[in-house]
This record gives sequence, C-alpha cells and structure tokens, in this order.
Amino acid sequence: MKPDLSTEFVGIRSPNPFWLASAPPTDRAVNVQRAFKAGWGGVVWKTLGIDPPVVNVNGPRYGFWQGDNRRVQGFSNIELISDRSILSNLREIAEIKAQWPDRAVVVSVMFPLEESVWAEWLPRVEATGADGIELNLGCPHGMSERGMGSAMGQAPELVEMVTRLAKAHTGLPVIVKLTPNVTDITWGAVAAQTGGADAVSLINTINSIVSVDLERMAPMPTVDGKGTHGGYCGPAVKPIALNMVAEIARHPTLAGLPISGIGGVGTWRDTAEFMALGASNVQVCTAAMLYGFRIIEDLVGGLQTWMTEQGHTRLEDFIGRAVPNVSDWSQLNLNFVTKAQIDVDRCIGCGRCYIACEDTSHQAIGRVADSGRYQVRAEDCVGCNLCVAVCPVSDCISMAAMASGVDPRTGVPITAQPMNWTQHPNNPMAPRPSGEGQGD
Amino acid sequence: MSLSTVILSPELLEARFRPLEEVLPASEAPMEAERCYYCHDAPCVTACPTDIDIPGFIRAIAVGQPARAAERILQANPLGGSCARVCPVESLCEQSCVRQGEEGGPVRIGRLQRLSMAQASPDLFPAATAEVRAQKIAVVGAGPAGLAGAYLLAREGFAVDLFEAQARAGGLNESGIAAYKMLDDAAQHEVAHLLTGDRIQLRCGMALGRDIALAQLRSDYDAVFLALGLQGQHRLQIPGEDLAGVLPAVPFIARMRRGEPVPVGQKVAVIGGGMTAMDIAVQIRLLGAEEVHLCYRRGPEAMGASAREQQLARDQGVLIHHFRRPLRIEGEGGDCVAIWLQPTVLQDERCVDQGQPLRWAVDQVFTAIGQRFNPEVWGEDGASLQLDAHGKIAVDADFRTSLPGVWAAGDCVGRSDDLTVHAVADAKRAVLSMLGDLRHET
Repeated sequence: MKPDLSTEFVGIRSPNPFWLASAPPTDRAVNVQRAFKAGWGGVVWKTLGIDPPVVNVNGPRYGFWQGDNRRVQGFSNIELISDRSILSNLREIAEIKAQWPDRAVVVSVMFPLEESVWAEWLPRVEATGADGIELNLGCPHGMSERGMGSAMGQAPELVEMVTRLAKAHTGLPVIVKLTPNVTDITWGAVAAQTGGADAVSLINTINSIVSVDLERMAPMPTVDGKGTHGGYCGPAVKPIALNMVAEIARHPTLAGLPISGIGGVGTWRDTAEFMALGASNVQVCTAAMLYGFRIIEDLVGGLQTWMTEQGHTRLEDFIGRAVPNVSDWSQLNLNFVTKAQIDVDRCIGCGRCYIACEDTSHQAIGRVADSGRYQVRAEDCVGCNLCVAVCPVSDCISMAAMASGVDPRTGVPITAQPMNWTQHPNNPMAPRPSGEGQGD
Repeated sequence: MSLSTVILSPELLEARFRPLEEVLPASEAPMEAERCYYCHDAPCVTACPTDIDIPGFIRAIAVGQPARAAERILQANPLGGSCARVCPVESLCEQSCVRQGEEGGPVRIGRLQRLSMAQASPDLFPAATAEVRAQKIAVVGAGPAGLAGAYLLAREGFAVDLFEAQARAGGLNESGIAAYKMLDDAAQHEVAHLLTGDRIQLRCGMALGRDIALAQLRSDYDAVFLALGLQGQHRLQIPGEDLAGVLPAVPFIARMRRGEPVPVGQKVAVIGGGMTAMDIAVQIRLLGAEEVHLCYRRGPEAMGASAREQQLARDQGVLIHHFRRPLRIEGEGGDCVAIWLQPTVLQDERCVDQGQPLRWAVDQVFTAIGQRFNPEVWGEDGASLQLDAHGKIAVDADFRTSLPGVWAAGDCVGRSDDLTVHAVADAKRAVLSMLGDLRHET
C-alpha cells in the first residue's frame, strides 16, 4: 500500500501536501483547473487587492540565472499581485472550489491598513467557499513601495496589526506569509502568532538583482532601459528558506505554530527536507513554472517512493524529525573527529582536491607518485569537507569519523565523551573543573 | 581503361567532403566545456606535445569567451588551428582525459579547440617583442615546422626570410592532409595569420638545391632553420610499380587539393596502414571510386592510423584487409589490371606467408607506405650535413645539426611522430636553443 500523503493543515484538508504558491500559476481559473486536473493538492490563489486593479509592466517580468545545461537555478520576478478585478477573481474562486471540494483553496490577500477594507472583503472571500486566507506580507517589489507587501512584513508591529484585522473579520484560518528580507525571521513569526495567526508560510521571495545586462548597463529584466530589484526564488533560495523554517520550528515560543514551507521546492527531496525541519506542507511555484503542472506526478511519486523506502506510512512520521538536531554552534561536539578518505580505486587523478586543499585549506592531500592518484595525510587533515565538495566523482572522497585512537593531527586521544564550546577550557566563560580554584 | 578524370570542384567539396567535417555545434560547446573538470596538473596538458593549457582554454569557452580560448591556445601553439583539425586527439589529449573511462567518454577537446580557433585572428596571437634584432635568419620550408619556427623567431625580433619550394606556404596542411579536414582554405588562413607583420618575408618557388644553396644561406644569414619535410616516397619494391594507375598517395592528394584533374579508378587498392592510407582511401571513395580495398601487411593493432580514422574509413565504405602482403601489380598494355597479395599470419610476432596468393582485379593502386628524406634534391650542399640511421637530418637534443648555425626540425628530422603538433613542438624547442646561441654570439 502506498503511503498516505493526505494532510490537514490548520483544518484545511488536501489529498497531498503540495500546494501551488500564490503566484502567476494560480492567477486564473483556467490555470487552477489544469493544476487540479494534474493532481495538485491545493492552491493559494494569486494575491487579491482591491480595485482598481494594479497594472503590470508590459516588458519582461522575469529574470533568471541558468547553470550548466541551461537549467534555471534562480528565478526573479517583478510581477505585482493579481491585475484583475477582485470580483472576477472571487467568482472564479467560487466556481473552482465548488468543482474541486477535496482540494485546498486558500486565498491570498493584500489590503491596505484600513479596517473597512478588511471588513468589506474578507466576508466576500469567505463566501466563495475558500478554505483559508493567506496574508501576503512579503512581496519585495512594487507593492512594497506602496507600503504593502514586505513593507508591512518587515515591521513586526504591522504584522501583528494586520493579522488581528484579518482574524477580526473572518472565521477562516489565517496563514501569514513571511518575508525573508529581514534580520531575524522569528520576529515576524512571533508578531503573527501574537496577532492570532493560525499558521505561517515562508519564505516569500528575496530582494534581488538577478543579473545585469552589460550591453544596456541595466538590471535584468530590463524594461525600456531600466530595471528594478525583483523577488528571487527557485532552487537557489532553498538553503535560505530551510534555515528560516528551522529557526521558527525550534524557537522556544513558536514551537507548534504550523508552517507551510516555501522556497525552491522542486523534488521529493526538497519536500522531505522542508518537512523534516518542521513544515507540515509545502508550496511550489518555480518548479511548476519551469516544467508545467505535470511536475506534481514526480513530486508525489518521489515522496511516496522515499517514504516507502524509509517505512513511513504518513507524513507525520517524519515532519519535524530533524528539528531536535538543529543546534547552536556552541552545542556541537568538539571531541568529534573526522578525516577525509580517498577511495583510490575511484580516484581519477584530476587533482581538484589536492589543489583546493593545498591552496586554500590545510595541505593535507598528496599525490601518490606511481599511480598519479591522491591520498589524505590524516596528520594534516582538519576534516573540513572541502575535498568532498570539489571531487567530481561520486562516493570517491568521504569523511570518516574516528572512533578510537589518537587524532594524528593534534595528538589528542579520541573520546566518546562529548565536549562543546560551553565546556571547553579555551572558553573563558566555561565552568572550571574543581581544583583549579575557580569552581562554580 | 576505366579511370575517369575528376576535378575536386567547390561543388564536389560541399556535397561529398563537407559532411565528413567533425565540428561541434556552437550550441553544444558550453555544455561540453562544462564537462571539463579543470584538473590540476592536467594529464591532457602533459599529453599535448605543445603544452596547450587545455583546462584554461576550455574554461574560457564555458564562460562564453571562445576568442579568449583561442588566445590561450595560440600562446602555446601558433598552429593551434590546424592542430585542432588534424591532431589524432584520441591518442593524445583526449586519451589522457580523466573522464576517459566514464560514460560519455573524454571531453571532446579537439572539437572544442576547433570551435575556439574559428575565432582566430592576428590580434589573438601573443604580442611580438618590441625589440628589433639585427640578426637575420633563413627558414627553409614553409610547412608546419618552418611556419612555427619563422613565426616564433619573428616574434622574438628577428628578421626572417622564409623560403618555400612550392607556390604556396602550408606544407602538408596545404597539400597532404585530407581535404575534408582542411575545408574553407583553413591552411591559408592560418598562414596569413602567422605571417602578419613585416618581419617575415615569404619567398615561394624557392627550392633548396635549385634556387638557393645551403652554403650561401649560411654566409648570408646569422642562422639557418631547415624545415624541409619529406619529399621522397617509399616504394613497394615489387614488380608493376611503374604501371599507369599506380600512384603514391601524397603527390596525388596534393594535385587533387590544387584543383588539378586527377584519375579516379572504379576498383582501387590502397597499400598502407597509416593516416595517409586512410586519407587517400576515404578521398578516392568520395571522388567516385566504387570499391576501395585498403590492404595492410600486418594486423589492426599495428596500424598507424588511429581507431577513429579507421572507423571513418569504414563508414565511407572502405574495406580494410589485414595480413595482406603485396606481391606484384599485374599490367595490361601499360595499365594496371590487378594486384596480387600474399596472405600472411602472425607467428612469434612476425608475419609469415600462409596460403595461396590472391589476385584482385583493380584498375588503380595507391601506395601510402611513408615518405623519406631526400638529400639528393639539394645536391652537394646535402653532403655536408650529417644524417641519422634513418637517413634523416641528425640533430642534438636542441635540434642543432652537425653544421654550426644550422638547426633543423619537423619531418626532415624525424625525432617524433610525423604530426603537425610535433613539428610545432620541435620548432618551439629549436627556436629556444637558437635564441640562446645567438645571444652568445652578439
């Protein structure tokens, strides 16, 4: 039997944890219709604003960074919220929800700080039959210049205020979408929680200039000779998003606040990583924009395959499982010793590990004269992992933990007894062992 | 007589020869370049006789600057353009690529080099020294070794007179290499780049021993650089070799490439197992021969032609036969009508005859069994130069001949395989030694 992917997120049910994020793919009924046919578990409808609708540029909206093989690694956009009237959006939302009752339909909104607006429109959103409200407090371009989007999300007191406004005028669950363009993501999350949010979703896009057109000397995308910073997303932003999700998941007072994970999800592995760090579901945009809605089959199939391999039968089996292992640096075990090991049978003699270690690390790799292959000198190896990063051959260099003996680099015996920085003798703040006259 | 007369017209080149070009589409280049691991102390560089910084030029392609890649190549090898077309990369740089054993095989270095060298222009060559030296040097022979030598000497500030017996410079790149490897007048474009500037005077139609004399050059110039190549053709030494329709391959290719009418048989035998044998076999097919049989006296592993060249020949319908020793060529009214071959087998690493001789009806036979140095062509001058055991010009490790002030490099020396890339490497070394010796003299 295949693992059960169904979820209930702040009371919103969906057949799988993959929602399309509020973005171009969810702007119109025709797109959402196709997405649900393809198998997406839910959508967060493209952000609604009050009339008159915003106007988008007619020049290019997207910029991108392509890696090897012309695959898009990072994507940037300067598109605004929905540029269609709120009424036509609400009509389509109602039609879609009626047709797809088993799918999650959450409506993203971005309204000004005027209570009358919230009082007028949230009930009308609710009347569509939608399952929840997401507050767009994150768009970093365009709308933020009008005091909305990330301009609100960057001020915790405004986050709290808007959340309260929303909660006051709807009975639907309210998800607050956080901007990563802040010093500390937990401040916004705490504000949202204080304002009564049912959940947070993160990350929204990151302020960025994705590239510069060196002919026109202007940022890309370039609109008639000028460009503006856009919102960055795609695989490149995943590490930033993972950290922010983890910071919220392990925060002492935020623990338990449901998280919808967003940021570069394009594979089952990305999904499992977000969920292991505490996200209850994920939202996807860029992967769908790059490959079409059919990518959902790969996401669902991939996640089920991995869960089967792991013996997981439901998502709860692994949601948050990595959170206890996210730690401050000061808690890392300084007695733990690893050394790089090169598998000579796999080594092709390219010398990448050698030159990287020789020039920029600890001169711990040498060439074996006869074979032209390389080997690690354990007495110089600090276990930094750089050689593993640069080796072009899979499974050729690995880091092996020392279980016993003496670290040949430091001469210190290996011990199973952990010691972190708070306990280390070099730390002036660490407690002194008794007998040194500084007992605590 | 069944031979027809064919002229290698531009139309024929486009229709039959062009499809054999091995080029990497520009759209594929960045992806192929990204396959390079940018090795430290890279084995491909070690394998290149001219030490081209292969990871360095490939990285320039990967970051979208093929012209800078060409610049990088030209720093090490002024004939990087023709080497990209004629080098047997499968037995040099690509053979030593660390990706050799991997799926997808080695990085296609040759094709990447060819792609970047398409950007070549005189501006991309390393800047010549501003210093102008008083010394004058005579370079004899404008093939790869002579061109590289003349160019490098001029770059160092010498005035160079470059003598060439033929009407055009380029040597075998101009006349001997298969036409499909040197399309679009590639050899002449390269010559033009190398001779840019006013320090080299090219003097064509000047043959040593006929129009110029070594003794005279030695007295007129501060040094002489001999890059004479090989003019003599090895002979089969079998009966019938002088029949009409029996031709050495290299002069035939030269005539064909010059656009002269050449005879093309219906059933053709090619004797030999090296690159030239493959070149003539493929080209005579492209010119219209119905059957081409390449006969080699030993087994496939002993063939001089690379596996890739052999495959190319087979792809063009050339039938390759091993262990066939030519016995004689049968004539009728002065024309060749058949070749007799003795089957052999390998015994204790030697070929011994086995079985009855075979008679194959053919109307044309090409010999491609190597060229030899021909000291007679330059008369009494030659007598003063010491030759080595193979009858080529004897040189020391720095390419000095037995005559003071005379250096020699390239095929007339035979220190390495007869490849363009070796000719360039020889010339680099010889020029370095000339620089040292001439500095002592002043």
